[in-house]
Amino acid sequence: MKYAMFLGCNIPARVTQYETAARAVLRQVDVQLVDFREFNCCGYPMRNTDQKTFLFSSAVNLALAENAGLDIMALCKCCFGSLKEAQHILKEEGDVQTEINRLLAQRGLKYSGKPQVKHFLSVLYHDVGLDAIKSKITRQYESFKIATHYGCHALRPSKVTQFDDPVAPVIFDKLVEVTGAVSVDWNDKLECCGAPILGVNDDLSMNLTGRKLAGGRKADADFLCSACPYCHLQFDTVQQMMVSENGDDPLASVLYPQLLGLCMGIDEKTLGLQMNQLDISNITSFFDLGVENVE
Amino acid sequence: MVFTVLLYTSLAVFAAGLIYKISTWFSRKIGLAAKDFTTSDRISEAFKGIVSVVFSAKLITLIKVFILDVVLQARILKEDFTRWLMHMLIFGGFMLLLLMHALEKHISEAIFAEYYATLNPFFFLRDVFGLMVLIGVGIAIYRRFVLKVPRLRTKGVDHYAIIILAVIMLSGLFLEATKITSFKVYQEMVDEYADMEEDEEVTALESYWVQYYGVVSPNVKAPFDEEVLEMGAELDDESCLSCHSRSHWAFAGYTVSRLIKPVALALDNAGAVNFLWYIHWLACFIGLAYLPFSKMFHIFSTPASLLANAVMAKETSAPANIATRQAMELDACMRCGTCSLRCSAAAAFDALGNEYILPTEKMTFLKKLATGKALGSKELQAIQEGVYLCTNCDRCTVVCPAGINLKDLWFNVREDLVQKGYPEPLVLSPFSFFRGLNRENIAADEYGKPLEGANTAVAGRFEQVMDPSTPISFKDRDVVELNGLPGSSTFSYCFGCQNCTTVCPVVVSFENPKETLGLLPHQIMNCLGLGLVEMATGPKMLWDCVTCYQCQEHCPQNVDVTDILFQLKNLAVRKAAKTAEKQLPDTADG
Repeated sequence: MKYAMFLGCNIPARVTQYETAARAVLRQVDVQLVDFREFNCCGYPMRNTDQKTFLFSSAVNLALAENAGLDIMALCKCCFGSLKEAQHILKEEGDVQTEINRLLAQRGLKYSGKPQVKHFLSVLYHDVGLDAIKSKITRQYESFKIATHYGCHALRPSKVTQFDDPVAPVIFDKLVEVTGAVSVDWNDKLECCGAPILGVNDDLSMNLTGRKLAGGRKADADFLCSACPYCHLQFDTVQQMMVSENGDDPLASVLYPQLLGLCMGIDEKTLGLQMNQLDISNITSFFDLGVENVE
Repeated sequence: MVFTVLLYTSLAVFAAGLIYKISTWFSRKIGLAAKDFTTSDRISEAFKGIVSVVFSAKLITLIKVFILDVVLQARILKEDFTRWLMHMLIFGGFMLLLLMHALEKHISEAIFAEYYATLNPFFFLRDVFGLMVLIGVGIAIYRRFVLKVPRLRTKGVDHYAIIILAVIMLSGLFLEATKITSFKVYQEMVDEYADMEEDEEVTALESYWVQYYGVVSPNVKAPFDEEVLEMGAELDDESCLSCHSRSHWAFAGYTVSRLIKPVALALDNAGAVNFLWYIHWLACFIGLAYLPFSKMFHIFSTPASLLANAVMAKETSAPANIATRQAMELDACMRCGTCSLRCSAAAAFDALGNEYILPTEKMTFLKKLATGKALGSKELQAIQEGVYLCTNCDRCTVVCPAGINLKDLWFNVREDLVQKGYPEPLVLSPFSFFRGLNRENIAADEYGKPLEGANTAVAGRFEQVMDPSTPISFKDRDVVELNGLPGSSTFSYCFGCQNCTTVCPVVVSFENPKETLGLLPHQIMNCLGLGLVEMATGPKMLWDCVTCYQCQEHCPQNVDVTDILFQLKNLAVRKAAKTAEKQLPDTADG
């Protein structure tokens, strides 16, 4: 298994622990990653203002992967969703598509729809498989409740993203349960984290985040778990801003490869546990030390 | 005399320029962060900062960075080997020429008792160094004009840098070649160093120099008798060899001298040696005098930036010193284009054509801004878009060979520009995510202003729908032309079940959503169905939409609600841009 690694813009600048943790986990399950310095923004932030800019920015990445004969694996759900959306639009023919192809040709690129775009979680679930992941797990959590946050741009629009069942998704929960943790059922599990309008309407953004946190607390979750830098920053950095104002107890969020990596015996430094703004160091207290080397 | 006057004039201009340029590092104010500091604050803080670094463990960091990044230029090597080679050839060759050749009286003669410019190894090395620079300049020209490195944009300052170097080097090369062939120069040397009585000896030495040193003589011509050459060799050994190696050691000049041989006599008679000598030195003096004002100033400012950035950080350094460093960083940029090549948002430049999206061009703009030049309103709008259309991926800062902390510079300038500039629709996009994360670094009373401005600029009129008592006027009906993308006409399937509005997490966040959001998702779809496009682009709902796609997913009629909202936002932005263009006072300037 070999993928073009699509990091996007947030991860290298602000969530580097997601990258190091994901690479470490993927190495364990023999997924090879190819890096492209030429990859640029997926186009997501340009969608509000100019469709053409969004599409071209996305198409550059798709064309580069196609040129190398590789499928793309995105770590970010907004990158994933944008690349999928661009693919969906570029499938049709029309003025917009002709213009994008003209711009691509100016850079000596060509896109004809070949590469598949996948998210990190779907690669783990569908391509690697739960059994292969289990075989690398050396210790499991006990009595550990995780509230999975799916992320809007992976789930919806489902006919475009084809990530999972949009109403009753399972892949993230199953991936979490591999670690021995319980994936709790919780309110607002499939709702927005608030990140898309942070900086545009902070009150609304934090209101949405607050609802998610309340839902997680109500379900008695020990941690939230996400697999997207935007969601993560919202639950981590933004939640920290929120709790410093309202004095609530934080409900920290862990990135999925951090959660899984610990079970694979990957060291905390590689997983970047200390790089999360909210303290997640107590996560290791959920390991039942009696059942080391499960398999 | 003329030479001395010119030398000291250009030295004086150079020194004054250097002092002036460095003084601007302490006086120029970049962005909001610099506004509170006076020049004297900044000078004293800089002094304190430098002293505290030099007398601490950070000195080791400085030494390391100086060797790796300044002398060996590891940051360029990491980026691109050809570029590193180009730069090392120019930098290395020029520095060595400067020390050994240009400053020979002060350096070479002081160190080497045996120094003669015409004696090996110096004679040979001068050509090696010169050729290094010429090859480097050749690579530079090749990269810019033949290879056309993507997004490497060439402007006046870049042309000047290449031209001045090329003129200095080529005039030097041709000067050397004409001197090799020049009979006049040969005669002067004979008069000065050789002690010959007899005509036979004069002819012999001259023949020998024509044969072995490349002199083109009006008197003698090859082939020569063995005996004559033997005698010439003896005389050469007596009078010349101790301070003049054979001309072919200056291999570059010698090669050119063979090429110009057919016209060498004419050139010599026309005074080509003198002429080229003036060109060579004049070019050097111009280069020297203008250096502080040209791109070549980066030989001072770039090392300064590399060293400063190695020991400074936003969190720990005095804010006054950050302000000084940012002013200095503008001079440290030599427009190499690395940032633009690696920029995550550069694709937007291809699509929109606004060159200020490219970091290199933003830097050039900032230099202009810092010198207090007045900007046209169109230019200001373009730079505002360019500065805001940034994903904050920090790649530019990571790759900059000059070590410029571009991300801090953008943050600082961006805030200044969106505060005082025009309403910028991009602030209503996820580009604002980074600003939101950093809101603690922005004055609380200023944080919301750009958002309010932009919201007002994109807002449209939809009061008609708000007041159910008056009938809707269809006067302004429009043919719905979104942009022909898949799903953009699906609004016509809407049968008004309001599922979209019911599942919307934004709508549910407000007690009285219509008041805050203007129109709710189903109402927007209805507007489109009725052909009221203008109205549909108006409500705040569009900009508060979190794009979670719940509405689209739950529509029983397969209306692409979220995608249509995206297209309406695009439309609103284009409308706002048109309105703004009409209001600009000076639409003519660019």
